[in-house]
Amino acid sequence: MKAWQAGLASALAGIAVWQAVVSLTGLPRFILPPPALVAETIWDNRALLAHHAGITFAEVLIGLALGAILGGLSAIGLAASPLARVLVRPMLVFSQAIPVFALAPILTLWLGFGLGSKIAMALIIIYFPVTSSFFDALMRTDRDWLGLARVMGATPARIMWHIRIPAALPGFASGLRLAAVYAPIGAIIGEWVGASQGLGYLMLLANGRAKTDLMFAALITLAVLTLLLHAAVNKACEKTLDRPSG
Amino acid sequence: MRAPALHLSGTARIGDQPIFAGLDLQVGAGQWTCLLGASGVGKSTVLRLFAGLTEGLVLEGQCGASDGSLAGQVALMAQDDLLLPWLPLVDNVLIGARLRGDRPDRAAALDVLRRVGLADHADKHPSELSGGQRQRGALARTLMEDRPIVLLDEPFSALDALTRAQMQDLAAEVLADRTVLLVTHDPGEAARLGQRIVIMTHGGLEEVATPDTPIPRPMEAPDVLQAQAALLTQLRRLA
Repeated sequence: MKAWQAGLASALAGIAVWQAVVSLTGLPRFILPPPALVAETIWDNRALLAHHAGITFAEVLIGLALGAILGGLSAIGLAASPLARVLVRPMLVFSQAIPVFALAPILTLWLGFGLGSKIAMALIIIYFPVTSSFFDALMRTDRDWLGLARVMGATPARIMWHIRIPAALPGFASGLRLAAVYAPIGAIIGEWVGASQGLGYLMLLANGRAKTDLMFAALITLAVLTLLLHAAVNKACEKTLDRPSG
Repeated sequence: MRAPALHLSGTARIGDQPIFAGLDLQVGAGQWTCLLGASGVGKSTVLRLFAGLTEGLVLEGQCGASDGSLAGQVALMAQDDLLLPWLPLVDNVLIGARLRGDRPDRAAALDVLRRVGLADHADKHPSELSGGQRQRGALARTLMEDRPIVLLDEPFSALDALTRAQMQDLAAEVLADRTVLLVTHDPGEAARLGQRIVIMTHGGLEEVATPDTPIPRPMEAPDVLQAQAALLTQLRRLA
């Protein structure tokens, strides 16, 4: 069975379970709307959903791009400089002890209700996984390659550019794959705390008006968006950063 | 090319862990010296010292070349081909130039690949090559470095018998007149390629007589077989 077939079968099974729960428990539709109603809501509100999804998607993409660039550069800087490792790494680890959610109100205060605070949330949430998986890969370069390069008379900067970075790109790719799943979380948190557009905003709005079907519609849109993003990043990584073993 | 002689004497340790003591090794200029010995006796450390890969190593003694510094004079080839999997073969051959910031001479690299019989494989990635071809690629990269001193760390031991014999012939041909130090576990290889054969033990070095014929010696020649048998006997006695 191919991956998409497995995905489809799994989705159908999920919908069947969902319908069964609705039928068996008789929950009112403002608590748990049946799948058919949600599908109808998605179709009826397609323009609205597309608009808000576009906003969220833009936040996620910009956050992802900036996070990848900043994370990549940080990892290289840390790998290149023992001093940077001593000074910055404890700070990075400490920063992970701060729940990202707790930063959202501050970011909204600093950056306002527009795209900026959401992009910052997405960036912050993916920065650590990108940096740390790339950094770990940079520090795991085959010692024999490094030895050979030194015998050849290489400078540390050229070893970094010609050997350590290319060798670590698959590690960077696994960081980016994680980032593609995390970045939407950051954007949605940002939207919950304060926004006038975006899927997170739409979900809160729908929830407040007991439009549970619309909330589900937004949720499903977000999930599909995240899956597509992950698939696209995965494909791009396979084409550019991964390499066949051997 | 005028290849220098090498010398290494003294005691080496990693931290408090002694590797070898009281060693006095001379490697003749422009010839193949084979270094044998049990695992853990410090053969690889000898190569690392000559290669300048002294991280964590402490040598109380001397290590150098007859014409001065070893820096920039040494090329290294190991059991693992160490080809970079993301680069085509020709760029692997040119990696030394790139790492030094020299202008990569593609024509020269293709010429070297032709010499080792890989002219048709220049644009292939290492994963598309057989083990023997990859090791030829590593030899091409070593040749491209064009250094008077070549350190070989069991470069043929992972190859099948036929490929190994071919690689020995090829290496003896293309590395002629250089100072070659070959670390090997294979008495047959030493008997074919050694213009001098030395066994390293914890007690010091033992010289072994070699056939008086040019290398690569045919492996079926009586004196080569005899040398191989004598070497094996001596290795067993020392083990």
